[in-house]
Amino acid sequence: MLGRLILTYPATARRIGALFVLFLVAAGLYSLGISSAWIGKIFPSAVDWLKENKQLGRAISAIALALIVAFNWKLLQLLPRRQQIVAVWLELFALLMLFFYSFDLSLPFIAKKIGFMISQGVVTTLYISAISIAIATVIALAGAIAKLSKNGVIYGLATFYTSLFRGLPLLMQIYIIYLGLPQVGYVIGAVPAGILALSLCYGAYMTEIFRAGIESIHRGQTEGATALGLSPNQTMFLVILPQAMRVIVPPTGNQFIAMLKDSSLVSVVGVWEIMYLARTQGQTEFRHIEMLITASMIYWVLSIGLEFLQSRIEAHFGRFNAR
Amino acid sequence: MPQSMNDEIKLSGVHKWYGQYHALDDINLEVAKKERIVICGPSGSGKSTLIRCINRLEAHQQGQIIVGGIELTENEKNIEEVRREVGMVFQHFNLFPHLTIVENCVLAPVWVRKMGKAKATEIAMHFLERVRIADQANKYPGQLSGGQQQRVAIARALCMNPKIMLFDEPTSALDPEMVKEVLDTMVSLAEEGMTMICVTHEMGFARQVADRVIFMDQGRVVEEAAPAEFFDNPQHERSRLFLSQILH
Ligand SMILES: Nc1ncnc2c1ncn2[C@@H]1O[C@H](COP(=O)(O)OP(=O)(O)OP(=O)(O)O)[C@@H](O)[C@H]1O
Ligand SMILES: [Mg+2]
Repeated sequence: MLGRLILTYPATARRIGALFVLFLVAAGLYSLGISSAWIGKIFPSAVDWLKENKQLGRAISAIALALIVAFNWKLLQLLPRRQQIVAVWLELFALLMLFFYSFDLSLPFIAKKIGFMISQGVVTTLYISAISIAIATVIALAGAIAKLSKNGVIYGLATFYTSLFRGLPLLMQIYIIYLGLPQVGYVIGAVPAGILALSLCYGAYMTEIFRAGIESIHRGQTEGATALGLSPNQTMFLVILPQAMRVIVPPTGNQFIAMLKDSSLVSVVGVWEIMYLARTQGQTEFRHIEMLITASMIYWVLSIGLEFLQSRIEAHFGRFNAR
Repeated sequence: MPQSMNDEIKLSGVHKWYGQYHALDDINLEVAKKERIVICGPSGSGKSTLIRCINRLEAHQQGQIIVGGIELTENEKNIEEVRREVGMVFQHFNLFPHLTIVENCVLAPVWVRKMGKAKATEIAMHFLERVRIADQANKYPGQLSGGQQQRVAIARALCMNPKIMLFDEPTSALDPEMVKEVLDTMVSLAEEGMTMICVTHEMGFARQVADRVIFMDQGRVVEEAAPAEFFDNPQHERSRLFLSQILH
């Protein structure tokens, strides 16, 4: 019945649907308890009226917002794809900034601290992450090859390693390495302990990614290379891995971004990276939120850098697929 | 065991098992220099297994395989040496999709034969010209038709200057109109005196170039004869049945 109506009057049905969605958004905003203060800010003359008619004001505010969203949506549809993407980013970014602005942040305080945040925190975070990423990649490659090995001892080692380091919380690993290694007579600094924990943990995750990537390459590739006389190592590095990279890079990019942020866990052993500074720098003047938001934004910017790098690498290893 | 100087390949009493499955059952085969052998037989009869044992893509478990005077054993050095002299062409080409056509061809000469890049490229272009595909040298395999890819695969194998070429159903993954271009390439190779072992059901090709046809069934060599004899007057019941099936 309803289905037939929709099929016979598609245009009308679509309009009714759009109206319904609009109504849903407005109702949602209203029930979330949207305030009407912003109307008062734009039209100061309406302030008194809003004070008297609280409920009505909120309803109007909800409907107005829903209409603005709908209008914005329609407007965006007019743009070509690339500009749509840029516009959505700009709008959402502006909203995010508006959200932060509503915290009543002290910009001078941020300006005062950000230099140290970057020169000390970002440098330490990047340094720890970069070294850990490099080591984890080497571990992952070795682990993946070991996991594909026919030798039982090597396979056993690899599976125990990945199981253990994927199974323990990273925070625990950091504590165990930092506090545990000295017990067996090896005193380790906080930074090396953090790097070791991050490398081992992410090496274990990435072992699985590399293994899956290598296994995704058809057996015929190994056979073709072997028949040409290439050694197993040459086959792996010249034929299999360059192709496996297409499968390996996207999830590895994810891992790198996750690791970048997980490097904040190293702050628990007192390394002065971004997170540690964010927690300590705000303390003296009770401006925690400023520092936390600043740190968050810094992490985000660094992640975007990694995302960009990932897309470049992906394009590099995927170029042979272009027709 | 004394070996006749003329034998390029010699298999004696070769057995191979996949677990319980007896894939090769007492294979005895001698291939002289410049000889062209065609192997045929029903699916699962062990044809691929047999030629893959000749360059040790598969290891045999019993018997002796000697290629170019070198016995294939666990010995890695021997295996390497044999593989350098034996080229192989596969049903599904097995080109490296991440490398261009010419890069596919220079990879092994550069890394295995330690040849200079310029020299290797020159040789690669020579063979690509021979298989009439030099104009595509800078494309990727995925941009070529099946027949073109298979000709590149042949050129790639030839770049290693092999003494022996193995073909495992090189035309059976191709559209019919591309079969001829690949067979023509193989015929011209045969005419130049390459030692060849081809697994194929292309009977026209077998008649034209083969010195001997070997018919396999259930891991065994059932019949071995000159092509005319084999096709016109097969001796065994299984061969007759097989031929009646592939000739419709
Ligand atoms: N890796 C393997 N593990 C187990 N069994 C295998 C393996 N490779 C081949 N076999 C078996 O060995 C037998 C011979 O296989 P082979 O590939 O040599 O046959 P073939 O004659 O080439 O057949 P086709 O014409 O289908 O290619 C088959 O029964 C096959 O199932
Ligand atoms: Mg086969």
